[in-house]
Amino acid sequence: MRHIISLLVENESGALSRISGLFSARGYNIESLTVATTEDPTLSRMTIVTSGSDRIIEQINKQLNKLVDVVKLQDFTEGNFIEREMMFVKVKAQGEAQRSEVKRLSDIFRARIIDVTDTTFCIELTGSGDKLDAYINSLHETNVIEVVRSGSMGILRGEKALTL
Amino acid sequence: MELSGSEIIIQFLKDEGVKHLFGYPGGAVLHIYDALHQQDDLQHILVRHEQGATHAADGYARATGKPGVCLVTSGPGATNAVTGIATAYMDSIPLVVITGQVPSHAIGSDAFQEVDAVGVTRACVKHNFLVKDLNKLAETLKKAFFVATSGRPGPVVVDIPKDITAPHIKIPYVYPEKVEMRSYNPNLKGHPRQIKRAVDLLLSAKRPMIYTGGGVIMSEAANELREFVRKLGYPITQTLMGLGAFPGTDPQFIGMLGMHGTYESNMAMHECDVLIAIGARFDDRITGVTSTFCPYAQVIHIDIDPASISKTVNADIPIVGDVKDVLSAMNVLLDKPELPIDKSALEAWWNKIKSWQSQNSYAYENKPGLIQPQAAVEELYKVTGGDAYITSDVGQHQMYAAQFYPFDEPRRWINSGGLGTMGFGLPAAMGVKLAFPDKDVACVTGEGSIQMCIQELSTCLQYDTPVKIINLNNRYLGMVRQWQEFFYEKRYSHVYMDSLPDFVKLAEAYGHVGIRVEDPKDLHDAMKEAFALKDRTVFLDIMTDREANVYPMISSGKAHNEMDLSPLQQKIQADMKARGETV
Repeated sequence: MRHIISLLVENESGALSRISGLFSARGYNIESLTVATTEDPTLSRMTIVTSGSDRIIEQINKQLNKLVDVVKLQDFTEGNFIEREMMFVKVKAQGEAQRSEVKRLSDIFRARIIDVTDTTFCIELTGSGDKLDAYINSLHETNVIEVVRSGSMGILRGEKALTL
Repeated sequence: MELSGSEIIIQFLKDEGVKHLFGYPGGAVLHIYDALHQQDDLQHILVRHEQGATHAADGYARATGKPGVCLVTSGPGATNAVTGIATAYMDSIPLVVITGQVPSHAIGSDAFQEVDAVGVTRACVKHNFLVKDLNKLAETLKKAFFVATSGRPGPVVVDIPKDITAPHIKIPYVYPEKVEMRSYNPNLKGHPRQIKRAVDLLLSAKRPMIYTGGGVIMSEAANELREFVRKLGYPITQTLMGLGAFPGTDPQFIGMLGMHGTYESNMAMHECDVLIAIGARFDDRITGVTSTFCPYAQVIHIDIDPASISKTVNADIPIVGDVKDVLSAMNVLLDKPELPIDKSALEAWWNKIKSWQSQNSYAYENKPGLIQPQAAVEELYKVTGGDAYITSDVGQHQMYAAQFYPFDEPRRWINSGGLGTMGFGLPAAMGVKLAFPDKDVACVTGEGSIQMCIQELSTCLQYDTPVKIINLNNRYLGMVRQWQEFFYEKRYSHVYMDSLPDFVKLAEAYGHVGIRVEDPKDLHDAMKEAFALKDRTVFLDIMTDREANVYPMISSGKAHNEMDLSPLQQKIQADMKARGETV
């Protein structure tokens, strides 16, 4: 099953390699991993999307918790949370018909065109992974030049928060 | 007090109570070695290879319970130490390894003797640090000792660039008495409700088993364990790492379990209805195939490391906490004049175990003119009165030592259980002898393993650590040969040790005493002579039966009740069956 795990880690060099190293050393799946500093510069917030049997997921959570750099961890999957991913897509946009088709699709998906040339559009889109997949599928494969995805970020709904 | 980085390292180690530092100098640690030269309190042991430094510090830590400390240089110094660090990591031994690093400005430039020590050791340390700021040096060292020794212990590497140790840059130094880490707070106290549930389940058992591991020794909980086991009157088995926590000669101890454990302990594991695992981690050499492991048992598991619980075997009652603390709490609950135990069920259970025991699964055959390796270990036990510190290398001799030298005290049996590191025994023995100069220390080894760190014989002379090397020399890499005999139709691929050195001459060349034993009738006298030479390192080169095998054995993929027995034991079992006895 797919799990989304959110972590607060010490903002130290090496913390990221400890975490990614744990996944490779123990053979765990890693679908995506995002990381950046928080409002507290000593802390980084990381979101990991992974999958595995219940036993593997339990081990992943425990092994992550065991790392000295991990301050706090929560597996969001059982709770109520919001998940978003961001994507840039560079597509071919040549001729009126193609340009307006891409524009129309982008409107449907509430994507934004953030850069334009005579022959291309660069589009920014935020949403769940499924929505991003759907958008790419709606574009003609041969028109897609480049896709950049951030990987998922998550936050708990309501008043609960993953803080110190 | 204004001190340079090098002086801070030395002063800190003294303040931390460190007495011995195992190391090897080199370019990146020259400043530190200069500071070391200007004091007498901290004894530095100059090993002959950095692997020896880590194993010696490791042996010291296992025997004393205090952290072992090493100092090595950058690059090859650090990489040579990796095997020893990984050995300590697998067995949860507290080590602090200080590695020198090229100067900060040169890091990342592929400088001479540069290696990313933090990166290289990451997968085999509990934690590691790169010191980037002199002002954080003392605090980082304190953190290293705290992390290494608390919770589930383990090795910690502190990588220190050369500029941090420069003699002319001095800063105020105060010993950091305490250190706090928001991201690291090991839980020591077991949950009271879980403890109560566990005790209730234990008392309701009809066929209980107590299975303990190295965690009991690590947690200094041998007394609590003894009280616990005796109060209950249940059978206890111990892992290779756990031997000695409960006395090996006590009738409640039914022998080691696992691949080369006793028949009775493995059979009892298979048939028990309640299993309590204490400071043990269900290693694959213990469980065999997990699908048939303890098929009838409800499992209680006490461990300080939550990640060890339900990792390979599901725990019905998990208790996260320090073994000493949890066992004390259990002993309070068991402190009643009469415990509600089903006495007749327990008696029937013990009778069954005794019938398994009567088969004597360690029995071996004596052959005329040949020294059996088991007999050599039995002789060692006799001559040392069972009171020596025994280190071992890895292979058949390690199993013979574990089987035939029952340990009555914790920290006496020192071996590389998890990583299985050949070359561990001699440097480890050296570390133990430094900690306990008045005690007998012997390294049980083989002609394969001993050659992996034999250079430390030189260190033994320099620092006057008269250990006894019991070399069970079968001219084969015995354990590999045994597997090739059993599973590869005797195709002995590259296990014959040709062109072996003359170990007696070799020992003499290193300034020690060498004694060769070829005849079984000389064994006793040679062993006596070796231990009578109190002040000398003695290399006993014992020529043993070449094709002796370690029995009994659980082959891979087999369950605990499917042990392979020695030909002799098969005969004993057949005779028992013929008499209508339970087997």
